[in-house]
Amino acid sequence: MTFVKTKIELSKLSNGDILEVLLTEGEPLDNVPRNAKEQGYHVLSVEHVEGTTHKVVIKK
Amino acid sequence: MADQKKLSIIAFSGDFDKLTAVFTLGTGAAAVGYEVNIFFTFWGLDAIKQKQGRSFTGGNWLTKLFGFMMGGLKVTPTSRFNFLGAGPKIFRYLMRKNNVAMLEELVGAAKALGINLYACEMAMHVLGLKKEDFIPEVKDVLGVASFLKLSEGGQTLFI
Repeated sequence: MTFVKTKIELSKLSNGDILEVLLTEGEPLDNVPRNAKEQGYHVLSVEHVEGTTHKVVIKK
Repeated sequence: MADQKKLSIIAFSGDFDKLTAVFTLGTGAAAVGYEVNIFFTFWGLDAIKQKQGRSFTGGNWLTKLFGFMMGGLKVTPTSRFNFLGAGPKIFRYLMRKNNVAMLEELVGAAKALGINLYACEMAMHVLGLKKEDFIPEVKDVLGVASFLKLSEGGQTLFI
């Protein structure tokens, strides 16, 4: 569901726009950047925020 | 696209938990680029009814009564632990608490991702339902032969 939500948000953006997604460790953090890359988006950064939360920056 | 991956699901069950599985799989596959077809038949038709609560939808008194008893998306029972309708409320509470997507949200995502929703012609006849009784996103009313043609070359699930 995390990638489903990410994908829907990405579809609302124009090419070149940036989307920031907050993800918890484990499956969401593994699968969102991987799927984004596979779908042809650019994953600009993955950084630790706090606890188990990470911020992923994706460019459409 | 000829080489696009494809997932087709026959949604037979009208249970809250099984429909959650249908839409979780469907939206997950659509998000990673699959073409997704969901064919709603019999109890599963409850998920795509325009009226999400209980209403006397149907042709004659008998199907109207069935329509009321079956209800729509908001009153779907759970396949186990239904406890006369208390079960779904407990599961909804647990899902909300754990930040898991609710059935209505998943249906919304399915629409946003452009998943193809189809209704079974035969079940509609039996239950006295018309295409107008369903949400406008329902693309078409189909029979077995058309569904087989649609699902050809992909994976098919029966839930």
